[in-house]
Amino acid sequence: MTPMLKTVADTTPVAEAAPVQIQVRGVEKTFSVGPQKIVALQNIDLDIRKGEFVCLLGPSGCGKSTLLNAVAGFQPPTKGTVTVDGRTITEPGPDRGMVFQEYALFPWMTVAQNVAFGLEIKGMSKAEIAERVEWLLQKLHLQDFRNRFPKDLSGGMRQRVAIARVLALDSPILLMDEPFGALDALTRRTLQDELLRIWEEVGKTILFVTHSIEESIYLADRIIVMTYRPGTIKRDVIVDMPRPRDGSAPEFNRLKRELSQMVMEEQQRFSQDEIRSVTAD
Amino acid sequence: MSQAKTRFSPAALLRGSLVPVLVIVLWQVLSTSGLINPVVLPSPVAVVERWWAYLLPTEAYDPAQSSWILWALSGEMLFDAWSSLYRVVLGFAVGAGLALPLGLAMGGNPRVYALFDPLMQVLRPIPPIAYIPLAILWFGLGNAPAVFLIAIGAFFPVLMNTIAGVRHVDGIYLRAARNLGAGKLTMFLRVILPAATPYILAGARIGIGTAFIVVIVSEMIAVNSGLGFRILEAREFMWSDKIIAGMFTIGFLGLAIDIGMNRLNNHLLRWHRGLEN
Repeated sequence: MTPMLKTVADTTPVAEAAPVQIQVRGVEKTFSVGPQKIVALQNIDLDIRKGEFVCLLGPSGCGKSTLLNAVAGFQPPTKGTVTVDGRTITEPGPDRGMVFQEYALFPWMTVAQNVAFGLEIKGMSKAEIAERVEWLLQKLHLQDFRNRFPKDLSGGMRQRVAIARVLALDSPILLMDEPFGALDALTRRTLQDELLRIWEEVGKTILFVTHSIEESIYLADRIIVMTYRPGTIKRDVIVDMPRPRDGSAPEFNRLKRELSQMVMEEQQRFSQDEIRSVTAD
Repeated sequence: MSQAKTRFSPAALLRGSLVPVLVIVLWQVLSTSGLINPVVLPSPVAVVERWWAYLLPTEAYDPAQSSWILWALSGEMLFDAWSSLYRVVLGFAVGAGLALPLGLAMGGNPRVYALFDPLMQVLRPIPPIAYIPLAILWFGLGNAPAVFLIAIGAFFPVLMNTIAGVRHVDGIYLRAARNLGAGKLTMFLRVILPAATPYILAGARIGIGTAFIVVIVSEMIAVNSGLGFRILEAREFMWSDKIIAGMFTIGFLGLAIDIGMNRLNNHLLRWHRGLEN
């Protein structure tokens, strides 16, 4: 079992009563880069309950995106299994909607067409699609941008469209790969708040990759801190603070200090590795 | 916006017309000096006069024969330009129409690529002009060999760019589409094809340029109408003014085709980042 550290309080979070939805068992992922074999993930065991908001936290190269991609079905693990609702994941699917850091909107489609795309694939009727798209555009404050192309939108607006596009699918699970990483601090906070609002309203399971400690504390029910190469679970931290969370509250800062220490240990190993690889060249 | 402004400001207009005006003046001086035989180099005035005559109807207006508008358009030049344009459009449609599906299949499927690539690599370096003897042997004279040659000229640029376009589709779109549940057909029609359009249209533009070159050459050899035919015919009468008038007409038609293609590109790629218009 993974070590469990109840940092803030030892009370049982509500989500613990919910059934396990994503189950990761003995997952290992290796890549070969030339003659080198890189162990991106090793011995990952993780249970995520229905409705939980879980952040994967760690420095670059800790395998957090690799783990997310394994759950998404883009990169099947070398060893071990990922199951969702008891079903083993072998390929991507609309039951696990993904939001990418680089937005991945289709630039040849307007905002409304991007949001409608997944629904058209599902074979929904035109009227149903129009209604649902309208609802989502309203929800993400995109109604004035429906006929714009992505190139004419700011980064924050693009990410709203990407979120609307995934929400359209009404998938029980949202996978988010550093979705706000490229945004400025204020836009980032706005979108974090909107994501929380939507999450509380529609009750999805969210697996959210980030390297921002503050972001993870602000958002998550649970933070999984990962180690740098091989990627393993270093700590499983439950954040039991009422939302909206105050970034200046003492308990927020205490947790931030603890997490910083953990992440910086891994960051140092990452930096040393980088320096080594440069001097080796 | 600012670019358009500077282009049409009086100073810019003056600067832009300086060199052409100087060339025409020099040309006029040379041809009226008596140093050069007017058959070798007709004066610009003679060329413009000939161009005007070439444009105008050849017969007097007769209300009993045809409507006014048909008469006004009955000049030799308009007929020639229309003949050439018709061949370009038809030949391009055939060539690009065959290249597009093959290019999509070759770009999207390595097995199809492996099957067709050797043949394409052997055929591609053969200039369309080299097909002329075969085209005449197969199709005789007339529109058929011309369209065949133009189709070959348009085929390879469109094919190569379509293959490149499909292969350069950013993987992130494919991942996003798979995540949204897209099957193979949806992926192809709604993701790969639109993502490849910038490449495909660049190929189409090169292809129509090639088609325009080939139409002039093929009209000099295989057909009895069109702008290419007309300037070769003028040479037989030593009408150098008409040759030059015809050459300018070819230039104007080429420019018009290019502008039309550009407009179409800008419309189809209005979503595309970094498009300058």
